[in-house]
Amino acid sequence: MTINIDAPYKSRIREALSDSGTRKAVDRAMGELAQRRERAVNAIDNETMRTESHEIREHAIRNLPGLLVELETNLTRNGCEVHWARTGNEANDILKTIARTRKIKTAIKSKSMVTEEIHLNTSLEEIGVKVVETDLGEYILQLADEPPSHIVAPVIHKGAEDISELLQNELGMEPTLDPSIMCDAARKELRKHFLSADMGISGCNFAIAETGTICIITNEGNGRMVSSLPPVYVVIAGIEKVVPRVEDAILLWQAATRNATGQDASVYFSMTSGPKKPNHADGPKEVHVILVDNARTNVIKKGYADALMCIRCGACMDVCPVYREIGGHAYGKTAYPGPIGSILTPLMNENINIGKDLPFASSLCGACKDACPVKIDLPKLLLELRNDLSKEKITSPFQRFLVKCFAWISKKPSRYKKATKIAGLTRKFSKESTQVFSKLPGPLNRWTRSRALQKPSNKTFKETWKDSKADFQVLKSPPSQK
Amino acid sequence: MNQSKTDTKEMNIRVGLFVSCIVDVLYPQVGLAAARLLADQGVEVVFPENQTCCGQPTFNAGHQKESYTLAANFLDIFAPLLERRDISAIVIPSGSCAAMIKHSYATLIEKYPSEKQARQYAIVSENTYEFSEYLVDILGVELSPRDSLYERLTYHPCCHLMRDLQIDRQPRQLLEAITNNNLLPLTEAETCCGFGGLFSLWNDEISVEMGLRKAKHLKASGADLVVVNDVGCMTHLNGILIKQGHTCRAVHIAELLEESETK
Repeated sequence: MTINIDAPYKSRIREALSDSGTRKAVDRAMGELAQRRERAVNAIDNETMRTESHEIREHAIRNLPGLLVELETNLTRNGCEVHWARTGNEANDILKTIARTRKIKTAIKSKSMVTEEIHLNTSLEEIGVKVVETDLGEYILQLADEPPSHIVAPVIHKGAEDISELLQNELGMEPTLDPSIMCDAARKELRKHFLSADMGISGCNFAIAETGTICIITNEGNGRMVSSLPPVYVVIAGIEKVVPRVEDAILLWQAATRNATGQDASVYFSMTSGPKKPNHADGPKEVHVILVDNARTNVIKKGYADALMCIRCGACMDVCPVYREIGGHAYGKTAYPGPIGSILTPLMNENINIGKDLPFASSLCGACKDACPVKIDLPKLLLELRNDLSKEKITSPFQRFLVKCFAWISKKPSRYKKATKIAGLTRKFSKESTQVFSKLPGPLNRWTRSRALQKPSNKTFKETWKDSKADFQVLKSPPSQK
Repeated sequence: MNQSKTDTKEMNIRVGLFVSCIVDVLYPQVGLAAARLLADQGVEVVFPENQTCCGQPTFNAGHQKESYTLAANFLDIFAPLLERRDISAIVIPSGSCAAMIKHSYATLIEKYPSEKQARQYAIVSENTYEFSEYLVDILGVELSPRDSLYERLTYHPCCHLMRDLQIDRQPRQLLEAITNNNLLPLTEAETCCGFGGLFSLWNDEISVEMGLRKAKHLKASGADLVVVNDVGCMTHLNGILIKQGHTCRAVHIAELLEESETK
């Protein structure tokens, strides 16, 4: 069962929480992933890596214009064609023009979140280009017609049984739960596309400015084939992907891999610096790099530049206790779930209402901040977004009213004192003889429908303190040794 | 609690107690326990009676302007006491309130700059301590392992205490002593219990699921008491444990330490 990502926030959450099969799959996978990640980051001096990675990414985001010009110059010098796209639609149009003029029939794609973000597949299919996902997880999702639910492990919400059934139905695979047999079934089918596709499309993990090099991290070898087999290779890269030097990309590669999959290094790290040269054995004839803004400069303008430091490792969602309960689809129609997604989704959508509930879907526990390999202070950004949303009156009026009431009461000690007295009186009205309320009316039922609530004390601390002050004054002098 | 590295009893230490609004209304006994334990160490406890709320609930709800007003009140109450050396520290039996004051006030001061408040914040943030931190790090309280007073005790490190304030060793040290080094391990202890302030109301369904996960681990730990340093988490956890019919209960560290004295 997949939850409806277009449904309103509350019903998505409810649907996600009631889907025990998906929850089990997510829980198990997240638990394993978290353990593997823990091992991989503890095997090295993680703090130093985090500090250096942060410095690289911060420098890049602060110096985007200069670095992007340097990147464009060097990509062009290497023989790549560089395109600039202000929006996702512009990027798709550029890609469609490339595909049309070259009469492309089939495009093979390696896993890329930016292409999810701009809905690239749908757009290419509109002009009759068949797009084949070649990352195993993404391929499974394409067969199932489902969106990814995690930026690194897109199919994490599916159990082995679901996947087996899907491959049996779609590819005629024999019934099995053996992952290697399932993998083989997919590989056999994908191989045909690898050999016949006339266009390769990938995202970009890092774009190195000083050399004009596109780097992609993959584990299955599909990325290498996408970037080298078809005659036309198109890279879609968010403008924030740029880094100054080769060494920067290498360090970030390690930071991303250890955090994303718990590997010391990914199986492949593919670096493309332009099309095939006369003395090269193979490689694409054309390389296009489409640099996409799609609201990234808006994110900076709104004061959230730090969120663009993200290297898409997924560690924040792997350690997030909220993600672990609800899974990725509950975050709605977005390529980016989890803590980083809760920041990016409302900021990058033209219609802020789409992600307005997400910044509040966090207990602010800070696990994401501790895990983030580039040290993004995610809770701080979530709090800033909450503040912006309240200021712009996008949060619910009732919520704002309650918070303002609380602040109005607490502002004045005399008012606060009266209010706490009234709170104490509720104890007397309760028919329950226990120390807790088990059922409360109105919005407080949100608490009591699944939790008991401690009753207010007969006397507040302030009152008790007044009464017992004498005791404490005695204690001013040293007590006799016990 | 009668063992302390430095002889604080001769030093005439005076501290300001901030109890937090939840302790004030729901758990006065926690504030009293903290005050008594401090007094036991010869510390004089001053309780400024015009204190209300530190502003954490409004801050986390995304109302920084309102939080600023509450923060300004807090600073006006406590900073002069520190500046005049009427008190040498502010002690708070709540990790999240202490984190709010020490760290989040900086955000507010940045947004609504005022020289006076910047000065007040500097002295306040430097001298604010969570209760167990103050006992162990400042008073040097060292409990020697005693015959097992509590056999089935475990500890849940509250998020703001552990991550924001990086306080973990201090409460554990105290608890290891009263359990004769037999504090029970808790699976996924460092995972949030799901309280999260107003998160527990706006997103009650998720909050409860997180709490149920914690309750499951608590049950498996075999503990009948789980110690916390934040009454918010305590309210949420007990709410879940009671509703689920578990016998385990959450207890604030000050209350437990006070009780252990008389055991």
